[in-house]
This record gives sequence, structure tokens and C-alpha cells, in this order.
Amino acid sequence: MNNFQYARATDVADAIRLLAADPGAKLIAGGTNLIDLMKENVERPSRLIDISRLPLRKVEETADGSLRIGALVPNSDLAYHPLIEQRYPLLASAILAGASAQLRNMASVGGNLMQRTRCVYFYDTATPCNKRRPSSGCSAMDGLNRNHAILGTSAACIATNPSDMSVALAALGALVHIAGRSGERTIALTDFHRLPGDTPHVDTNLGTSEIITGIELPARGFAQNYSYLKIRDRMSYAFALVSVAAALELEGNAISGARMALGGVAHKPWRSLEAEAALRGQAATPDHFSRAADLLLQGATTRSHNGFKVELARRAIVRTLTQAANATPQSQAHKKIA
Amino acid sequence: MNAYIGTPTSRVDGRAKVTGAAKYAGEFPADGLLHGFVVEATIPCGRIARLDTSAALQVKGVLDVLTHANRPPLADKDEAWRDEVAPEGSPFRPLYDDTVKFNGQPIALVVAEDWETAKFAATLVRVEYEQRGFATDLEGERGKAAEMDKPHKPRGDAAATLAQARVRHEAEYVIPTEHHNPMELYATTAIWDSNGKLTIYDKTQGVQNVHKFLCGVFDKKPDDIRVASPYVGGAFGSGLRPQYQVVLATLGALALKRSVRVVLTRQQMYGLGYRPMTIERVGLGAKSDGTLDAVTHEAIAVTSRYEDFARNDTGWAEQLYSSPNSRFSHKLVHLDVSTPCDMRAPGAASGVCALECAMDELSVALKLDPIELRLKCYSDRDQSENLPYTSKQLRECYARGADAFGWSRRNPAPRSMRDGKELVGWGMATGVWEALQMPVAVRIVLTSNGHAEVSCAASDIGTGTYTIVAQVAADALGLPIENISVRLADSTLPQAPVEGGSWMAASSAHAVLAAAEEVRKELLRLAGKIHGSPLAGAELADTVLTDGSIARASDNRRAVSIADAMRHGGVERIEKEKLNQFGEDKKHARNTHSAVFAEVKVDELLGVIRVTRVVSAIAAGRILNTKTGRSQIMGGVVWGIGMALHEETVMDHRFGRIMNANIAEYHIPVNADVHDIDVIFVDEPDAHINALGIKGLGEIGIVGVPAAIANAVYHATGKRIRRFPITLDKVLD
Repeated sequence: MNNFQYARATDVADAIRLLAADPGAKLIAGGTNLIDLMKENVERPSRLIDISRLPLRKVEETADGSLRIGALVPNSDLAYHPLIEQRYPLLASAILAGASAQLRNMASVGGNLMQRTRCVYFYDTATPCNKRRPSSGCSAMDGLNRNHAILGTSAACIATNPSDMSVALAALGALVHIAGRSGERTIALTDFHRLPGDTPHVDTNLGTSEIITGIELPARGFAQNYSYLKIRDRMSYAFALVSVAAALELEGNAISGARMALGGVAHKPWRSLEAEAALRGQAATPDHFSRAADLLLQGATTRSHNGFKVELARRAIVRTLTQAANATPQSQAHKKIA
Repeated sequence: MNAYIGTPTSRVDGRAKVTGAAKYAGEFPADGLLHGFVVEATIPCGRIARLDTSAALQVKGVLDVLTHANRPPLADKDEAWRDEVAPEGSPFRPLYDDTVKFNGQPIALVVAEDWETAKFAATLVRVEYEQRGFATDLEGERGKAAEMDKPHKPRGDAAATLAQARVRHEAEYVIPTEHHNPMELYATTAIWDSNGKLTIYDKTQGVQNVHKFLCGVFDKKPDDIRVASPYVGGAFGSGLRPQYQVVLATLGALALKRSVRVVLTRQQMYGLGYRPMTIERVGLGAKSDGTLDAVTHEAIAVTSRYEDFARNDTGWAEQLYSSPNSRFSHKLVHLDVSTPCDMRAPGAASGVCALECAMDELSVALKLDPIELRLKCYSDRDQSENLPYTSKQLRECYARGADAFGWSRRNPAPRSMRDGKELVGWGMATGVWEALQMPVAVRIVLTSNGHAEVSCAASDIGTGTYTIVAQVAADALGLPIENISVRLADSTLPQAPVEGGSWMAASSAHAVLAAAEEVRKELLRLAGKIHGSPLAGAELADTVLTDGSIARASDNRRAVSIADAMRHGGVERIEKEKLNQFGEDKKHARNTHSAVFAEVKVDELLGVIRVTRVVSAIAAGRILNTKTGRSQIMGGVVWGIGMALHEETVMDHRFGRIMNANIAEYHIPVNADVHDIDVIFVDEPDAHINALGIKGLGEIGIVGVPAAIANAVYHATGKRIRRFPITLDKVLD
């Protein structure tokens, strides 16, 4: 770990000023990922700007029926918040599928969006990695890539985004509120994370002196028919091989609205508007789910060890949509896949 | 005499552990304590061309950076570096010279006023290497495997019989490299005192092994160094040999004449020992009735370039199953990695896994129930030496285990049982381990208030040695257990070997008995001198210590209290030390056994595997403590689940580096992976092995578990996975 300066931001504007003053600075809230990366010398910030005491911990309903969540709300508080449990149980479920209780207690909503990949080469400074050191090469491409991406990859990087929460947020059409030197802006969560392209070292579209202030959930919560299914190498406390967030609106057995997002398969939560459109107006049957899965996985490419992910994802999508349609969402507390 | 032995006595050190009063090696304070942080090599093979420590030395708070170039003297002969359990070869010497033998090798120690400063300065040490060609891939290099001494002698002509066998099964099973990952990090606090003597608090399974090693490596007299390790937060074999951090902390203390602590990081612990990857080839030839004609088992295992670490992977079939022809071989491939080491049930965990999967495959080929096949081949004698066992209740393990599990309701056809979306599989396997015992000495100090201190250099690595020593001492001295205090794991205490191999329960218990007998002898002498003593003229053999008194065994109303005997004798304390040695018995084989039954449920479409039930029926002689014993077996079962489904140290052979050196990516079972575990201790009276009939439980709990689970996965899915761990991608259609 390198030596670093520490500063505590007094308000959001102060945090932005401090960020702008030091290009090597990083914001810290829960620190559940950043501290790990600092211990491994992957992140070497010149300064940590502590934002953990900023007043960004509210969960508020807005006049138009959407919900505004402060960037510093702890993951566990959010998962167990009555409004989330009632109106957005898909989000609560996805959060509880991630990490451990102790980590969720520390981790903030904004920090969760900023999680970096768990690619083993990214974590090991003795190996080449384009994300950690641009142009040094991608070790995963022809190395250990069982956990790696099958969608939206580039010749430079096949890393995945490790977040569960973001997958549900993508499905729910969440917006990210951002503040910077030139004021506030809002972008869709699906535009917040980037594909690796030839700049895999840039994970998100957050500007250099910008800060996430909150997340906004649109009024449609898909609280009746939803499920979050995470497939991993053990039943808890492991990153997703594949995860699926599914949300449906049904009229009888007919699908009037559908949302799907995948985790563990790409550099960002993976959505396909085409796949969702294909479900609308269809009966909620395995055949239609299967066709939607194929559309969602269109263009998948695999490397030597992650070929299984395509079929696994296809089956997981069908299973999750079935759980959603039957209103029998996957439990994150039971020791089994429903 | 048996108020405590055989009961579920709670851990006597439980309160100290849960309240934090129990101190571990990295927790002992010292005035002016310095902290060392290890710099590791990032190549697997070559030499250090340049090591620039100047930037690190300029950091405020850094006192020194020790390297091969500036360290205090270290022994130059291999003998000095060879500890009590070292394999053949030339042991690794940290900071000895400029050669790099494995990735993660320590190459410098930054010593600073605080740990964070040392860790930061370590990032400033600049290293240039001359890298050499290297190889780390066992499967790629298997052609270079070299035969070790045969573990068991061949009998008959196994190859020819196997080739002609009516029913034959031959296959290769691959067990990956696995790391112990004990909860406690490896740590040493080396405390320097003003006259130059050192007290070393070390995480180890053997304080006297470390003591002798340090005296040799640093050319010190026995009195110059004391090694203590009062509590160990798990080790599982990784602490049998002195680890490099104890050398580095001692080097730091000698160089700076200050106290120094070195705590390894979790990641650095992957540079220590590990269960070696093995390729296990098993051949079984049977008659159509299920009796075996031939058994062959060849293991190819990884070791380092500098030591030949080999364990008995093969040859267990010789003890378990009757067969007129057998051949076993163990081959090593030397690679550019650190030396493997013992890990819970070394050899057996891997070798029996392969054997028991192969037996399951043979039972399928024979269309015979897996238990029936094992009973057809049951052997009441250890065939390698043609000896009967001191005791062997394996038949009872099969029967009791099968009954508790409900095995008779099993439909033998694969994919025939299901529960909703899940395929259900039932599998079983046999487990076997040795019942070893070693010389151990114990000292008992009995005071006239009826309190005894029992001391021994043996370690308690979390298994419960403190508790069983207290139990046996309380019974042998006829005192309540609250009156017994136990001191362990200090090199100045009476002799004990490393704690391993499941030998410490039997070994320490009988040493307590032996020392207690010396105490009783002295009490009899004192009591006999009392005028009109009820014990006058009593033979030692006709006395017992009971209820705070010494009494005639034939009539315990004729007794003298300990207090009276000592008061009359004019003594305040009786101190007796006794080395217990077990008589050599060449007429018996000594083993523990188990029958393990596992239920798995496999999601048919998604491949997710759950181990929903395990029944482990154990025959291990008398169980000293049914509570800690049950915990031991449950721990072994949980680890067996990990070995079957999760654990694998993953290396990128292009870099010769372990890539999942942390417990986020190196998976072990978590609570959600563990369901019902039923432990059955089968009665196994043993009049031959030792006075108490104890065999030890440390290893047997894991043996057979991975195979039982793999066999259950086959039964559930019809897929035979021979490459461990069985991850879901391997069972997906």
C-alpha cells in the first residue's frame, strides 16, 4: 500500500473541489473494494477524500412516484428498506445475493456502482493487464478466463463487472445522479458503465471530478413478477458466473412489460431492448423465454474456459423468467436454487 | 477413574478463546517492537540480478531492509535446515542467496517501527531478475515423473491379472493443488531480551521442532532461544515444519537487537506448503462375483526442485481390500514451485478419493451395490504385512452408516431419483487412516490443596489437546477437572513431537497416565508412612487416585486423602515427569476407518450441486471426548465437501504464479454449502493398541468424503467427474 493524503469532504461541493485539485485523488465511502485494491497496490491514490459523512443517506419518494436513493445509503440498509422491499423487491434480492452481510453493511450504493473487476490478472501487479496498465496486454485472453465476459468484449479486455446490485438497477431502468464542477446531471445506469473497447482502464462514464450523489428508481417497480438468480461456484459469498435479473408485467398469462439484465457476462450489466421487446405481447411460456434468452445472448463470444457460460446463461434466463412469471422469486436466504 | 474420559467435556480453553484472552503468535506485546514485511519474488525461477533498497530505507520509520546481501549469518549446511519432519533434499533457506526457486519466495524483509510503514516501504524495493526457463505444470511435465521408493511391496502379477480380469476398471483421477488456509495468519513475534536471548512466539504445530531448527540455523545454544505457541488458530499440517517467517523474524531481531514481529498476509501464505496436485491412476480387476483379482494404483505428484515431498497416496487398497495381486507406485515431478507439505490426511485424502471413486465405478460395472462390493473385498488383515488389526469395526461402520442414511432405499440406476428440479444422488465411500502414537513426556505438579498442573511441549492446534489432557489427568489423579491446569506448547516443557498424523491424543493421554502413575507411587509412599495407614503394605497395582484420595483399588473405603498424605510426608508439592514410550507391536496393524454416505442434489438444468446430507460412521477406538471428537469429524466432512466441490489452487503456468491466492477466489465451503452432517462413533474396543484404546481422530474425518460426494454426483447425473473439484460447468450437459 502506498502512502496517501487523507481529507474529509465537508459537503458535495467540497468533495468536487478536492477531486479537481488532485488528479490522483479517489473518493472513499465504505472502502470495501478500494482498500482491497490499495492493499494489492492496484490502486495507488495520492489522496483519499472521505465522503462517508456527507448527507447522502436518504431514501425519498418524489412527487412523480419515483424513488431517490442517496449515494451513501449502505447496501444492507437499502436491501431492508421498507420502500425497497415493497416496491422494488428485485433490487433488494440482488443486493442480498452479493458479498456478505459484513460487506453489505459497509458498502455504499455509490461505491457499489464503482466496483472494479475481479479479474485475477487485474489484481496481480506482476502480470500484464490492460485495465490496470494500459497497453501492457490482456493476460486473461489466453489465460485463466473461466469467469470472464462473453458479451461486449474487446480485443483489449474480457473482464466482467462484479456487481449484483447494478444488474437489478439496469433492469429497473435506474438513473444515476451525478454532480460535478459544471453542475448536476443524470444518466441512465445502462450508460454509466462502459464496454472495454480500447480503453478498458476506464470503467465508467463518470467524469474525473464528478461524484455520484444518488440513484433514482422510476415508479415501475415490477414488484409482482420478478426474480434475481445468481449462479456461482458456491451457494454464497462468490461472484456470479452468471446472474439474471428478470421483471415482468403480466395481464393474465400475457406479457405486457419485460425487463432482463445479466451479470457476470460483460463489462457492464447486460440488457437487450430487442430481447425485451420480443417478449411483449407474448404468452409467458418457456418457448418465448428461450427465444428471448437467445436474443439477449446474441453475439456471445467465448474463450478457452468460459464456453459453458452461454448455455448456462440461456438456461438461467429461462429459469429466472419462469420464477418471475410464477411469482416465486429466488430466495437469497435459502440454501437452494428454486 | 472415568468421570471425564469419554464424555462430551466442553473445551477448557473455550472461554479464553471466545473472550480474546487466548494470545496467538502475532499478538504478544514487547517493548520497542518492530514490524517486518516480506518482499516476495515475482518470478518462479532465476536469480536476483539487482536489489535496490535505497528508496525503502529513506522512508521515515524504516530501520533496515534485510536481504541475502546484508543479513546476519545463517547456517550453510543442509543438516541445520532439516527439521524433524523435513523430506529428503535441501531445505529452502530464506534470504540465503540470490537464487529464486519459486514465485512468492521471500527475498527481503523490510523492518520498520510500524507495520503500515514496513508494508509501504516494501513497495519501494526495486528488484531486477535474471529469469531462467521454468516449468510449473504437472500435467505438461508428467513424462518426467520419477519413481519413489515403493510405498507397499507388489504382490503377484498385478499387470497381467488386471489385463485378463473378467471385469476391469481403469481410470485417472486428478486432484488439484490445495492450500490449508487456516484462519490464523502465519506469524512470529521474536522478543529480544537485554542479554541477547530470544523468546519466539510462533505459529507452529511443534515448538521443540522449531526450537531445534532455530538453534541449528542461527548456531545458538538451546538456552539462548525459547519457542512458545500457546494457541494455534488452525494449521492442518501447514505448521508441521518451521515456516519462513520464523527465520525472518529471528533474523530481524538478531540484526537489529530489537524485538521483531512478522505477520504474513493471506496472499503470502500461498507461498508456503500445500497439498500437492496429483494424477492418480487406479486399476481394479474383479471376478464377476465382485471379488478382486488385482489392484494397481499409481500416483504422480508435484514436488519442488529442492525437496522430494512424497506421501502414501497409494497402498491404502492393500489395507482396505483383499486382492491376491497388487502393485503401487508413487512418482514425483520436480517443478519450479515451493515444496508441498502435509495437509489433513496427507496422501489418504487424495489417494483414497481416487481409490473409492474407482471402487464405485467397478460396482457399476459389476452391477453390484457399492457396499456389497466392499464387503466382498473386506479384509480382516493388513495384506502388506499380513497382520491382523488391533481392532477393525469397518463392517459396523458400513452397517450403522447405511442404516442411519437409509441406503436400502437407494435405486441404483443413475438419474433415477429426483426432488423437483433437482436430481438426487446417493454415494458412499470408505475412509482409512493410521493410528499412530509417539513418545511424549508429561510433567505433573500436584500441590497439597489438590490442584495439579500438567505440562507438555505438545501443541493444541485447535483440536482440543488442552481439554483431553485435562480430562485424562482429572481421571488419573482422581480430581475434578477444575483443579487441573494445563500448560502446553513451550519448548522448555517436557518433550513432544510435532502435533500431526492424528497421534497426539493417544500419545499425550498415555504420557499423562504414566506421569500420574509416578505421582500415585509417591503418594502411596507418603501415605504408607502414616501410622496405622489404611494403605500400609498396599501394592501400587492395588491403588487408585479417586475423589481427592489415594485408595485401595480392591476396597476404596481404605483411603488417605492427598492432603493428609502430603502433610504427613512433609511435602507441599509432588513433581513428577515421565516419558511414555509405547511398546513395539509388530504383530498388529493399526488403523482407523470410516464409512461415509453422501446425498447430493443437482439442479438438472443449471448444474448447481448441493451436498444435502452426510453420514459419517467412524471406527477409531475409544473416543476421549465425544464433543470435540464430533467437531473434528464435522470439520473433516466440511473440508471434504470443499475438496469435492470447491477447492483448487489455480496457477497460470505462463507466469508460474498462483492466481487465486486469497479466500475470495480460493473457494472453501461457506455456511450455505453445508447442510445436515450426522457423525456416528461406532464402538470399537481395542485391547491391543494402548491402555485406553485410543486411536486419534484428526485425519479420518476428511478421508472418503470427496469420493462419497463424487459418487453421489455420478448417481444423480450419470456423469463421472474424475477431475476435482466438481464445479457446475463439469456436470452441465
